[in-house]
Amino acid sequence: MNEKTNEKTKVTRQEGSSARTDAALMPPVDVVEDANAIILHADLPGVSKDKLHLHVEAETLTIEGELDLDVPEGMEATHAEVSLGRYRRVFTLSRELDTEKVSAEFRNGVLTLRIPKAEHAQPRRIEVKVA
Amino acid sequence: MYRALFSPDMFAELDRLQREMNQAFEFSPSIRGLSRGGFPAMNVGSTSQSVEIYAFAPGIDPASIEVNLEKGVLTIAGERASDLPGGEVKANVHIDERFAGTFRRVVTLPEDADPDRVSARYRDGVLHISIQRRETAQPRRISIQ
Repeated sequence: MNEKTNEKTKVTRQEGSSARTDAALMPPVDVVEDANAIILHADLPGVSKDKLHLHVEAETLTIEGELDLDVPEGMEATHAEVSLGRYRRVFTLSRELDTEKVSAEFRNGVLTLRIPKAEHAQPRRIEVKVA
Repeated sequence: MYRALFSPDMFAELDRLQREMNQAFEFSPSIRGLSRGGFPAMNVGSTSQSVEIYAFAPGIDPASIEVNLEKGVLTIAGERASDLPGGEVKANVHIDERFAGTFRRVVTLPEDADPDRVSARYRDGVLHISIQRRETAQPRRISIQ
């Protein structure tokens, strides 16, 4: 029965707790690079800390979050600008970034990631010797 | 030169097109707008007892958000500081998509919303405002004797 509705709505939903849909909101981000690191800020309003998932696999960074709002019983939406329940965004990292030392902070719906550059990739001043 | 290339009529035509597009997607916009695409994004819902408003405003100190209710009109205003570095810091900005600056959004409430029974909470970057409806307006079952 479940499969039938899936066909109709074109939504792939798995039974159980890990309900997933293909459609997700793309959170807006700011990405800044300084000499030592790349800093990423992402807006993920409505995501609680335990519903936020960050994955770094090889050179791919995935940010995923599920909306968790207090919705009273029987509420009918009359106007919805945030109409999906998930956020997802994927970035390709470059090789000089040290993915082992990524630090993350999540506050008031804003995720801040700091991805340091590997030491050998940090800028160095090259001394020019006069022969 | 510029005028010669684009006649004023053309801009009027573009305006008209844009209005028509808006009309096509937004069924009947309120007179005060509530148009899409502003910051914060908003969801509005209702139950038989209350009107629920969710404003998606991450990264703001809740004390600095101004929520006003006057004559059935709810206004949410505030400012979000930019997280981008200033001009003196040596850094490159690669992506700049997040909203920064002052914002203001207005929602017209239904007539039975009770301005004396409003609660507002800010959690995980979402401002949730709940306005109770007046009791007289709530649906009641009338018993037949």
